[in-house]
Amino acid sequence: MLHATDLHVKLGQVDVLKGVSVSARATELTAIVGPNGSGKTTLLRAITQEIPYQGRVTMGGEDIAKIPPADLANLRAVLPQASRIAFPFTVLEIVRLGLLAGRYGAQSSLPKQALARVGLQGFEGRYYQDLSGGEQQRVQLARVLAQVWEPLDQGRPRWLFLDEPVSSLDIGHQLKVMQTAKDFATAGGGVLAVMHDLNLTAMYADRIVLMADGQILAQGSPQDVICDDTLSDAYRCALKVNLAPEGKAPFVLPHHARRVA
Amino acid sequence: MTSLVDSPQMQAPAGDRQARARGVLALLAALLAVISVTSLATGASGTSLWQALFALARGEAISLRDHVILFDIRLPRLTMGLLVGAALAVSGAVMQGLFRNPLADPGLVGVGAGAGLGAICAIVLGAALPAGLWLGTGLVPLAAFIGGWVTTLMLYHVSTKGGRTSVAVMLLAGIALGALAGALSGVLVYMADDQQLRDLTFWGLGSLAGATWGKVLLAAPLIAAGLATAPFLAHALNGLALGEAAAKHLGIPVQRMKSIAILSVASAVGASVAMTGAIGFVGIVVPHLLRLAIGPDHRFLLPAAGLLGASLLVGADIISRVIVAPAELPIGIITAMIGGPFFLWILLRNRSMLDL
Repeated sequence: MLHATDLHVKLGQVDVLKGVSVSARATELTAIVGPNGSGKTTLLRAITQEIPYQGRVTMGGEDIAKIPPADLANLRAVLPQASRIAFPFTVLEIVRLGLLAGRYGAQSSLPKQALARVGLQGFEGRYYQDLSGGEQQRVQLARVLAQVWEPLDQGRPRWLFLDEPVSSLDIGHQLKVMQTAKDFATAGGGVLAVMHDLNLTAMYADRIVLMADGQILAQGSPQDVICDDTLSDAYRCALKVNLAPEGKAPFVLPHHARRVA
Repeated sequence: MTSLVDSPQMQAPAGDRQARARGVLALLAALLAVISVTSLATGASGTSLWQALFALARGEAISLRDHVILFDIRLPRLTMGLLVGAALAVSGAVMQGLFRNPLADPGLVGVGAGAGLGAICAIVLGAALPAGLWLGTGLVPLAAFIGGWVTTLMLYHVSTKGGRTSVAVMLLAGIALGALAGALSGVLVYMADDQQLRDLTFWGLGSLAGATWGKVLLAAPLIAAGLATAPFLAHALNGLALGEAAAKHLGIPVQRMKSIAILSVASAVGASVAMTGAIGFVGIVVPHLLRLAIGPDHRFLLPAAGLLGASLLVGADIISRVIVAPAELPIGIITAMIGGPFFLWILLRNRSMLDL
């Protein structure tokens, strides 16, 4: 289990997180959603120790701030929102950097497998900076996957923290990447992802954390969180939730908000 | 070098430049060996290295003059050239990795400006010191070394807040401190007499001419200590190319690595500048050329920079001794004169790589 308890974060003079407590379970994909500026990314950055915070984050019962960096790197990998690379690295070299965390050895064929997993087989020799934004995002995902390739480390779950993993991807790759994250969770790992797309979230998330204004508005199963009143309240527009014909997954269309407005 | 840039990858998997990097490292080592021997064999005196070596190998005595020229003039000079060339090039590569910018330079930690100010102080004000404090020829290097370290520590202090060093603040504060050191140097230059101005100019151009075993023994431990951190830094600098946060997530102790990088650069470059004056260009050009040839992986880039930097400096020193023999040109003129046009040519051929 991953527990964040009563997190407070102040950026400059602004209280960005005002006492946020969230839990995420290994074997599940937990999505953090909410409007712009609601504190989703800040929450993820606090949980991944990127910014100072008040409160407590534990992973498997251990305070995450007290785990040595090298051990932490073996237990969890973090996908950033956008990445600029300083020097002309090839795609293979970037993905190989994921092995720096050290459990899989520098010579393994893992980087190639990771690239295939994100649909980038054959891209090994390309220069990172020559790729499109969506391709770069998938290279970074491959690097992150190579860092925590097996979802379980001697029975202990590993974690993926993803900050908007599908934000610049086309619809086909959105589905592929979400499925990859879901598979990681199904195999025993934990996934915590900041998401924008409510429909993809409803399709893949086991658990949803809805944030607004630095606080948690709702958390629970997609059926619990994705409902008209909660969403309309969070996003401050009239949203209507429907059910896909052949399943239980809810989906949201914005058309309703336009008719009302 | 350039033919390596164009050569096909040697059956390595696509995107994997490790095999090529190993090949380049072997070539650079061979190049360094050839240049070192040439340096020992070249000089104004006409002493033949080979005759002396054959004589020594047969157990015969060589003339005292030849012995002095080979072992007390050329060999310490070669050693100093190897150390300083490697120190400047490796430090350049480390700074570029740390600042995540191919234009960063060892001078960014303030060591150049501070050392310059120290040297100028010693040259201009040294004569006024009481006789008991007079350190002779050791004064200028000592003052330069102290100046370099003091500036680096100030800069490090200014840019570190709450246990975290900001490289952006360091860059900007370095410009401010550099300007201040430049202004103070200007005041001293204004005060200097003609002989002192001449000394200043020569110090500014850099030279290996004054190398003695004494100086080599002073500089070697400091430079060696700086270079010895390179293997530890290589992985960390690779991770840092992804950004500081991503490097941390890979388990790299980013803050510790920054401190080590800054202090080892100050140590190696401080000792180099103190002994040989300001020799520009090596720290930027060598890492850049190597990145074009073998890519930016610091595990290979750092040792390759050491080898090529040493070769470049010793090679330039050979030219500086031969071109106007028996006089000598300051080595900084040679490195800039070979390096400048060559670098421009490389840049024009590889424009696409500049889009960083």
